[in-house]
Amino acid sequence: MAHISDRKSHETTPPLRFITCGSVNDGKSTLIGRLLHDSNMISRDQLAGLEADSRQVGTQGQELDFALLMDGLAAEREQKITIDVAYRFFSTDQRKFIAADTPGHEHYTRNMVTGASTADVAILMIDAGKGILTQTRRHSYIISLLGIRHVVLAINKLDLVDYDRAVYDGIVAAYDEFAKPLDFASITPIPMSALRGDNITGKSGKTPWYNGPTLMAYLETVDVAGGAKDQPFRMPVQWVNQPDQDFRGYAGMIAGGTIRPGDAVKSLPSSKESTVKSITTFNGDLEQAVAGQSVTITLNDAINVSRGDVLCAANDPAPAADQFQAHILWMNEQEMLPGRTYLMKTGATTAQATIAAPKYAIDVNTMEHLAAKTLDLNGIGVCNLNLDRTIAFDPYRENRDMGGFILIDRLSNETVGVGMIDFALRRASNIHMQDLVVDKEARASLKGQKPVMLWFTGLSGSGKSTIANALEQKLLAAGHHTYILDGDNVRHGLNKDLGFTDADRVENIRRVSEVGKLMVDAGMITLVSFISPFRSERRMARQMLENGEFVEIHVDTPLEVAEERDVKGLYKKARKGEIKNFTGIDSPYEPPLEPEIRISTTDRTPEEAAEDLLSFLRGRGYIAN
Amino acid sequence: MTDLTHLQRLEAEAIHIFREAVAETENPVMLYSIGKDSAVLLHVARKAFYPSPPPFPLMHIDTTWKFKAMYDFRARMAAESGMELIVHTNEDGLAQDIGPFTHGSGVHTDTMKTVALKQALNKYKFDAAFAGARRDEEKSRAKERIFSFRTAAHRWEPQNQRPEPWKLYNARKAPGESIRVFPLSNWTELDIWQYIYREDIPIVPLYYAAKRPVVERDDTLIMIDDPDRMVLHKGETVEEKMVRFRSLGCWPLTGAVESEAATIPDIIQEILLTTTSERQGRMIDHDVAGSMEKKKQEGYF
Repeated sequence: MAHISDRKSHETTPPLRFITCGSVNDGKSTLIGRLLHDSNMISRDQLAGLEADSRQVGTQGQELDFALLMDGLAAEREQKITIDVAYRFFSTDQRKFIAADTPGHEHYTRNMVTGASTADVAILMIDAGKGILTQTRRHSYIISLLGIRHVVLAINKLDLVDYDRAVYDGIVAAYDEFAKPLDFASITPIPMSALRGDNITGKSGKTPWYNGPTLMAYLETVDVAGGAKDQPFRMPVQWVNQPDQDFRGYAGMIAGGTIRPGDAVKSLPSSKESTVKSITTFNGDLEQAVAGQSVTITLNDAINVSRGDVLCAANDPAPAADQFQAHILWMNEQEMLPGRTYLMKTGATTAQATIAAPKYAIDVNTMEHLAAKTLDLNGIGVCNLNLDRTIAFDPYRENRDMGGFILIDRLSNETVGVGMIDFALRRASNIHMQDLVVDKEARASLKGQKPVMLWFTGLSGSGKSTIANALEQKLLAAGHHTYILDGDNVRHGLNKDLGFTDADRVENIRRVSEVGKLMVDAGMITLVSFISPFRSERRMARQMLENGEFVEIHVDTPLEVAEERDVKGLYKKARKGEIKNFTGIDSPYEPPLEPEIRISTTDRTPEEAAEDLLSFLRGRGYIAN
Repeated sequence: MTDLTHLQRLEAEAIHIFREAVAETENPVMLYSIGKDSAVLLHVARKAFYPSPPPFPLMHIDTTWKFKAMYDFRARMAAESGMELIVHTNEDGLAQDIGPFTHGSGVHTDTMKTVALKQALNKYKFDAAFAGARRDEEKSRAKERIFSFRTAAHRWEPQNQRPEPWKLYNARKAPGESIRVFPLSNWTELDIWQYIYREDIPIVPLYYAAKRPVVERDDTLIMIDDPDRMVLHKGETVEEKMVRFRSLGCWPLTGAVESEAATIPDIIQEILLTTTSERQGRMIDHDVAGSMEKKKQEGYF
C-alpha cells in the first residue's frame, strides 16, 4: 500500500462518485465487493467476518459471497436482496471513490434514486445470460433523467456463457440501439465476471478479443469534470447569521459560479440588489468562493433576505416563477393525487405545490408517452405544478441544486416523490388577476351578511344534506342569500366525469372548493354538503378562503347508525361488493380533528341541529341577531 | 483558480447539513462523545455558524466508565467552545451498579448508553441530535441516511427510510418523533485524521502512542485506566506497552493497539498500512451478527 506522500494527488481531485445499478441478481453488490477486495480495501477483521458469513448465509458455496459485504441490513441478508443503497469508500493511488450500491428490485426504486442523484458515473450491470431486462431499461432511463452522463455497460457473468464474444456483441448492439434517445455522453461496454474477477482490476485471459480498459482502469481515468464554477452565481440562503446588531450574514452553500467581495448580487424572489461586503468564514474573510463551498456572505445594503431566498449574480439572475413543468418520479405506495397540495422542497425553500394530472406518463421499456390520470409507485411522468409562491430556480439540466426538488406529504411527512424542473410556465404571468371595483365586502353588505362557506362533512347517510336543507330554509326565511352545493347534485353535472378513486375524490373536492370560493366572493352563505373523506382536501378548501370564511361542520354519525338507516340503499350494495371505494366500507373516512362544530345526530334532530347552527352564525356575527 | 480539495468538499457538505438541520428543527443538540469524530464534528459546527456560536448545546452520555483523560478533555473543550455542556447519566443504572465487568458489555452498553440516551432526549425534548457516525465504520451505518428518522420510541426503521436525493433533506416529523443527523456520513477514518492534521484540532492524548499499563484479554489489549475498578481474570498480568487507541469508548470495552505512532502524520501513515478496521477494538460490535443494526433499532444513536 502507498505511502502518505503518494496520496497528495487525492487532495485536489474530487472523489469519483459512482453507482452500480441494474436488475436483481445481476451482480451489483458482488461487483463492489470484488472492487474493494481486489484493491485491498477490506480489512483483516472484515474479511474474517465475511468468511464466516459466507459459510453461514452465503450463496456461493465455499467461495466468498461479496454481496454480504454490502448488504448490511438483517432483512437484506435474510431475503438475499439489496433493499437500500449502501455507500462504500475506497481509493487507489490514482483516485478516491465513493461507491453507492443500489437495489435492483423495482419496489426499492426510491433508494436507487437516492444513490443515483449524486453520482457521476453509473455502472449498469447486465447478466450476459439474460440480456437487457425491464429493470435495465428502467434504471437507464432514470440515470439519464437524473443527468448522469457516463455509463459503463458491465456485461457480467460472462463465465456462465463461456466468455462468448457473440453474446457480448449482441448485448452491446441492442443496448446502443435502446440508449440512443437517452443522450449519454459516453457508453463504455466491458465484458466481465465480477465473481471470478475478470476485467475488474486486471485484464482477463478469458477475453482475448477485448481490447478496452478494465473496470478499475476506466474508473481511475474517466473525466467527469462539470462546469459548476463557470455557471452564473447562485446561493440558496439556508440560515441568517445574526449574532449581534453589527453582523448580518447569509449562510449557504454556493450552487453555481464564483463570488468575490464587491460583486453585485440580486436576491430572489424579491429582486432587491446589493453588493457583497465580505465572504466571512471561521478561517478569515475570503477573496473569492466557488460552487461547492459553504460560506457566509454579508452585503453592503440592509435588504431583507431570509431563508429560502436565492442570492444570484445581479447581471445573470435565476428566473423566478410559481408554475412549472417538471418530470416527477413518484415514490409512495399511495398514488399521486392531482389537485392535492404537497410540500415541495427545493434548495432551502419549501413551498406548497398543487400537482396537475400528468400530461403523460413514460413507459420505461419503450420510452413511449402514455395517457395517465395519476402516477403510481415508481411511475415517471411529466406534470405541471402550481406553487403558492414565487421561487427562484434554474432548469434541472442547467443546475441540479437549483432545479431538483422533493415532494412531501403534509400529513404523513413522508417524501413521496422527486422531481426535476424542466421550465417555468408562461401562463401565470400572462393571466393577470382582474382588479375588480365591486368587491366581496360590497356585495356582502348589500345582502346584510358576512359571506361564509359552511362545510358539512360526514359519512354517506349521516344527515349532512338534511341538516343543510333545514338550515337553508331558516336562513331564507330570515332574508339571507344562500346556496347549497350538494355532493350528489354536483356529481350529476360539473363533476360527472369523475369516479370514486382517491385521485377523483380529490379532484371532486378541488372543483367544489373553487366553485364555493366564487360563491363566497359573490357574498353568499354557501353550504357545501360533501362526504369529503380526506383531511388534506378539507384543509385545502380551508386554505383557499380567508380567515373566518370557512366553517367545518362534522356531522358525526357512527357507521353502524348510518348503515342501519341506509336511506339510499348504498351500504347494502357496498357490502355486497356492488359499489367499490365506498367511504366507511372499503375506503377510509378521516374525521376532522378540530372542526368548528360537531353535530351528533344520535341525540339531535335535524331541526335542532339547524337551530344550533343558526345560533352559531348569529354568535359569530355572520348574520344579524 | 484551484479546485476545492477533497477535505474542503467534505467540510462544506457537513456545514451545509448542520445549517439545514438547525433551520428546520426546533430543539437540536449535539451528541459529544469526546472521541476524534466528536472533535471534528465540534470543529465543523463552530465553522458552520461562525461568527455566532453553534446554536445548540453539547450533550455527553456519561456511562461513568470513560477514560480519565477523556473527562479532562471534555471540560477543556466545553470551556473553549463556549457552548453549554449537558452531562447525562442513567441514575437507575448507576443505582444498580451496572458496569461492564459485573454485567457484561451488552447489558452495560444498553443500560448506560442506549437507555441513557433515550432518557436524555425525552427529558430535554430534543427533536434533532447531531452525531459523528460515519458510513465507513460499519455496514448497517453504510445504509443509513444523513437525516435519519426516529419514531417517538427512538426506533430506527431501516426498511422504511426516506429517499434523500441530492442535498435535499426532509426534516419534517410529528410531535415526539426525532431525527439523528450525521454531518460526517461521507468521511472515512483517513479523512478524519487528515482533517485533524490540517485544521490542528485538539484530541484526547490517548490517540497518541505512549507507554501504558495493559492486560491482554480476548485478543485485545485493555488499558488499566482505573485500577480500583479493574477486575483481573486468573492468569492475567499487567504489562507496560507502547499502545494507542483508534477509537475511544468505555475503557474496559475498548482495545488498544500496539503502536509507535506519536504524532498525527505517524497515525496517518499507520492507518494507510493497517489491515484491520477501526472498530475492531470495540467489543460491543462483536456480540452478535447484525449487532449494530439491532442496537440502532433499539435507540443507540
